[in-house]
Amino acid sequence: MTVPKDIPEKWLPLVLPLKRKKDKEERLKAAKEKRKAGTEEERRVRANDREYNEKFQYANNCIMTSKYNIITFLPVNLFEQFQEVANTYFLFLLILQLIPQISSLSWFTTIVPLVLVLSITAVKDATDDYVSHAFRESWGRTLPEKWMNVRVGDIIKLENNQFVAADLLLLSSKNICTHIPSAHLMILVFLRTGEVICEPPNNKLDRFCGTLYWRENKYSLSNQNMLLRGCVLRNTESCYGLVIFAGPDTKLMQNSGRTKFKRTSIDRLMNTLVLWIFGFLVCMGVILAIGNAVWEKEVGSLFQSYLPWDPSVDNFLFSAFLAFWSYVIILNTVVPISLYVSVEVIRLGHSYFINWDRRMFCQRCNTPAEARTTTLNEELGQVEYIFSDKTGTLTQNIMTFNKCSINGHAYGEEESAQRLDFSFNSLADKDFCFYDQSLLDAIKLGEPLVHEFFRLLSLCHTVMSEEKSEGELVYKAQSPDEGALVTAARNFGFVFRSRTPNTITVQELGRPVTYSLLAILDFNNIRKRMSVVVRSPEGKIRLYCKGADTLLFERLHPCNQDLMNVTSDHLNEYAADGLRTLVLAYRDLSEQQWEDWAAQLHSAERAPDYREDRLAAAYEEIEQDMMLLGATAIEDKLQEGVPETIALLSLANIKIWVLTGDKQETAVNIGYSCKMLTDDMTEVFIINGHTVQSVREELRQKSMPAAHPSSNLLDSISGEYALVISGHSLAHALEADMEREFLDTACVCKAVICCRVTPLQKALVVELVKKHKKAVTLAVGDGANDVSMIKTAHIGVGISGQEGIQAVLASDYSFSQFRFLQRLLLVHGRWSYLRMCRFLCYFFYKNFAFTMVHFWFGFFCGFSAQTVYDQYFITLYNIVYTSLPVLAMGIFDQDVPEQRSLEYPKLYEPGQLNLLFNKREFFICIAQGIYTSVVLFCVPYGVLSQATGSDGIPLADYQTFAVTVATSLVIVVSVQIALDTGYWTAINHFFIWGSLGSYFTILFAMHSNILFSIFPNQFHFVGSAQNTLQQPVVWLTIALATVICIVPVLAFRFLKLDLKPHGALGRLGRAGSRRSGYAFAHQEGFGELITSGKNMRLSSLKGVTKRFQSERI
Amino acid sequence: MKNQGTTNRPDNTAFDQQRLPAWQPVLSAGIVIPGFLLVGLAFIGIGVALFVTSRSIQVLENDYTGTGSSVHCSECVNPKTTPCTCQLNFSLSALFQGPVFLYYGLSNYFQNVRGYGSLRRPSSSCAPYQYDQNTTIAPCGSVANSMFNDTFTLYQLVNATRKTVPLDGKGIAWWTDYNIKFRNPPEVDGSLAAAFNGTVKPVNWPKPVYDLDPTNPANNGFLNQDFLVWMRTAALPDFWKLYRRITEGEYASGLPAGNYTLEIQYNYPVANFAGRKSVIFSNTSWMGGKNQFLGIAYLVTGSLCVVMSAVMLIVYAKFNSPDEDF
Repeated sequence: MTVPKDIPEKWLPLVLPLKRKKDKEERLKAAKEKRKAGTEEERRVRANDREYNEKFQYANNCIMTSKYNIITFLPVNLFEQFQEVANTYFLFLLILQLIPQISSLSWFTTIVPLVLVLSITAVKDATDDYVSHAFRESWGRTLPEKWMNVRVGDIIKLENNQFVAADLLLLSSKNICTHIPSAHLMILVFLRTGEVICEPPNNKLDRFCGTLYWRENKYSLSNQNMLLRGCVLRNTESCYGLVIFAGPDTKLMQNSGRTKFKRTSIDRLMNTLVLWIFGFLVCMGVILAIGNAVWEKEVGSLFQSYLPWDPSVDNFLFSAFLAFWSYVIILNTVVPISLYVSVEVIRLGHSYFINWDRRMFCQRCNTPAEARTTTLNEELGQVEYIFSDKTGTLTQNIMTFNKCSINGHAYGEEESAQRLDFSFNSLADKDFCFYDQSLLDAIKLGEPLVHEFFRLLSLCHTVMSEEKSEGELVYKAQSPDEGALVTAARNFGFVFRSRTPNTITVQELGRPVTYSLLAILDFNNIRKRMSVVVRSPEGKIRLYCKGADTLLFERLHPCNQDLMNVTSDHLNEYAADGLRTLVLAYRDLSEQQWEDWAAQLHSAERAPDYREDRLAAAYEEIEQDMMLLGATAIEDKLQEGVPETIALLSLANIKIWVLTGDKQETAVNIGYSCKMLTDDMTEVFIINGHTVQSVREELRQKSMPAAHPSSNLLDSISGEYALVISGHSLAHALEADMEREFLDTACVCKAVICCRVTPLQKALVVELVKKHKKAVTLAVGDGANDVSMIKTAHIGVGISGQEGIQAVLASDYSFSQFRFLQRLLLVHGRWSYLRMCRFLCYFFYKNFAFTMVHFWFGFFCGFSAQTVYDQYFITLYNIVYTSLPVLAMGIFDQDVPEQRSLEYPKLYEPGQLNLLFNKREFFICIAQGIYTSVVLFCVPYGVLSQATGSDGIPLADYQTFAVTVATSLVIVVSVQIALDTGYWTAINHFFIWGSLGSYFTILFAMHSNILFSIFPNQFHFVGSAQNTLQQPVVWLTIALATVICIVPVLAFRFLKLDLKPHGALGRLGRAGSRRSGYAFAHQEGFGELITSGKNMRLSSLKGVTKRFQSERI
Repeated sequence: MKNQGTTNRPDNTAFDQQRLPAWQPVLSAGIVIPGFLLVGLAFIGIGVALFVTSRSIQVLENDYTGTGSSVHCSECVNPKTTPCTCQLNFSLSALFQGPVFLYYGLSNYFQNVRGYGSLRRPSSSCAPYQYDQNTTIAPCGSVANSMFNDTFTLYQLVNATRKTVPLDGKGIAWWTDYNIKFRNPPEVDGSLAAAFNGTVKPVNWPKPVYDLDPTNPANNGFLNQDFLVWMRTAALPDFWKLYRRITEGEYASGLPAGNYTLEIQYNYPVANFAGRKSVIFSNTSWMGGKNQFLGIAYLVTGSLCVVMSAVMLIVYAKFNSPDEDF
């Protein structure tokens, strides 16, 4: 695991200015460094000219990631730690203690805990640094050794599935080379002659601007020409690239520094509470100082015959002033020095549990879950909104041809376990699965419509094929849907083998046929269909069309009515299963028709204006009177367990918003297939307006029924709404005057889907919810386009899939399957929250119980800042006697077993409502602590003030009193932690009993004759332990105090548990059916590319690089 | 699907998977209600025993400050009358069960004020009683300086003659104080006084530390029992300190009924800070001296526990349907 070093922003209000200063300093430092190296305003890179490039001293590809080295560690780390207010405060206390008039405690009572805390933090920092260093090193190791030596300006060759080692300017890839035969030559020519001038390194992943000068020509370069470090090369065998940025200058590394430090709500609450405690401490100090003034005046001044005032303290006011500081020192333990370090240790433990969880380990990718930050764990138990990316997160981005309906006959319905044997077809794709034998039989029997169906699939598309060797076909599809369809056709014997701009060659049941491609009527969002016009070798001209059912059905020949009805039924079934459907149709064209239309098309293409519209009209004209062939159903494969996870999370009252760059249809489709949207829903609002006004109207209209559900109770129960909003509408909805309205509507809805959103919009939506709902948000995504959202949300989860590591690097938690989210939240998050809350409650309680005794004692010792306890007890109480049991509870406690929290998602709700630790709970803890301190003072006071031992020696001496109170305290807080611990592992037993044991051992050791004889000036409590603890009265006192402290707590808890029975817990629901399943992840423009005969540079680029581009609008 | 690498698979240990065997106590009615009842009854039992025992212990306390309501020793209040001896007469109608302990009590006396003395750092906090005109004070410090120096002698009046009741001053300090914590400087030529050469007595003391007990040379120096008792500072402003035990001779079994006179050497002024002095006779039981508070506190706590258990039982019966197992 890795823990990016981030200094917890504790003590927020105090620390903020300091932090800001630090940021500024860092910026200044960076700037200074830049200046030293000469500020880089633009970058000039000459290809393969190291001499030239080295002049600029660009960073090389080596990345130094560690922050400290052995020598600098101690000073640097100490310097950092003392920048924290908490530590400085304790240092201040330490200095106070060196003033003899003030010093109410020995110097070591503060320095020992402080040193301990500092050293634990230092050890943690060192391991963090080492681990994160090792982590980045290991990422480095995934690249071959030689990548370390890559310099800016080098031209390197990358192969398929390799990580890109530096930010490269893509020069050529295998696909381009197919069109430029002398690619190597080109590269050689490029050597020495090309020069790139571009922007200096920055962290903008989606922007690059530069100019390439080559052979006196200028080419402008954009982000489209770049391959970024951390991406994986895909869908191409190899490519060449010019290194533009290397090592720390790469966009990945520029981004890897966490820009925003995330803190949990508990952190913020803790800071507030600590400030309150400070205030409380000062109040106590003032009260006691006033008491001291009064006492010194009324009593102390008269008592001077036995206790004269210190010569330097000549009046009661000055004495009161000193008493104030003395009491600040004594009572400093209410501000617990070990709080922060304990919280960090607990979170670290929880992070390790996440890393170690086998049920969050993905065997397929050999990836365990990873908590990349250790500061957010308990917030996982409070999540209310999840923002999820779709592709790669909810879905696998794998489309499979699942079912089809041909000529009214549905195939693929019955799921026989027998996978079809495609061995008859030597060109079949081995990975393709289909389970319905009857379809294969129909092919073999030669049913013409079935043949036509697959012929259409093999012809009507924009897929490119590549045959590496004979029979080994590789399809490069622009959308996975098309890939699935063409692959299906391939396996059923209609193998698309190759294409030229004017022909398509298909192997039809073993027989190669070449069709001439007359026209591609390209796909676009409005048409929702694409067609090709081909001429068969026999000379017949036919138009093949595939597209959305709603549009195609309108354009069918009237004689298709019956078939249409049957097919429509099938489509309904498919849609109900969440499958993506397409309807296929054809039309025979006579030579005359074709020529007429071709002329029309020609003139449309040449049209100077309204080209688009005229083309569309031309397309529209020919796509008429078509004959229906059937329909296909493609499964957009969800990640494993996605619907179950979503159902479970919604039962846990977590609202899931899907934010995707995909189109509306695709997104809605996935919404249905993962059961976010159901037919039971009263209404699914779709907001699709393009103008501010229309969006506002749509929102108003939609929010009418939804926003006032309370007007009718029945309605509010039965009315479930969902909201689908597209990116362009969202842009308006996110404007300042409408965001509230949008948010209100969205929050009434059970499911919200935002489609066609940009990465920035994703972040804005998250920000919006964060800003107005005061709820904990979690963003989950896998691609670079999710980075902004992951960084914005309170918790970012990266799905470590196949999409490079940007999302993971930006995330706080990463794992490889969406379904692990339920475990992360409902099990780990819930437990973390529970543990942290219990820990904090107990921690404040024990410190108040411990410290407030001094306050009460102050009234009996002339407010002289006399401590109740032995100084060694004060030193060790927080770090030895009471630290480990509560740590063990904070790390290991479980209230219900993990299965239970998954079965009853309602158990997650206390975290969302922040019930377990809030200001109210804090006051209860404090009250309990103060109550305990009163009991701990009063009971020994009442008993011991007049008590004598059986040997007649009075027990009211200071040391006996101190030992009695201390022992009672340790026993009471141990009993309390025993009550608070719900899950007694051997470790808890060991720590609780061990703490008690260590208390008595240390007590007797400190009070032993031996230690006294060695250090007679240090251990003047000699003999107190044995003298005190042999008195039955002392034990009766301890028992009494313990019972009085614990009994009310126990009774209160029992009654609370009894009076608040748990309500009915929810069950998982089921989804119904719905109408359209049309969805197609396709973009227009590819038909033109193919027919134009230009090189396929764009498509190759798309194939090579990152998915996040294709998802971007 | 190929079974790809599992090299990164986390270990399947109970610890890593948070499946450590654990005892999960639940605050169920079956435990809490009987528990409360049991604790309550036990406390009532102990309370009764303590109360009864405590009642059987006799305490005789007499204030002899001489001011205010106190009638005894008023003649000695004026600090100018030194030395001043006063008498405190009392009579016992029945046997005062032995062994009897004699205490002196001080009220409104703050031995627990920080800076008073050897509460924390005996060596370094002697100021302002570290030096007397550049000579080291032994024993130094405010506590030692302010040592209580009234003395008591007890007589039984038998047939109008005063019969001295022997008071035993041995072992009234903690064993550890006497044997470990305090040490006399090594005697020089068999003389303790010589060992304290070069030091002066504390300002308030009438005689030096090596001369505290003229009757018993072994009871001198830092090991003087009264000194040790005084040095064990009290936690609270009202305290008793053990003065003597009555364990010898015919008084070993107690003070028989009769008239007694306590002769007090009144040396210790407390009037200027409204302090009070008293002298206490008491005996003890297995649980120590008289302690009403403890018994009553036990009884009250025990009863409250029993009441609580009843309340919880009612609440439990009312609000908990039996089939709910959560």
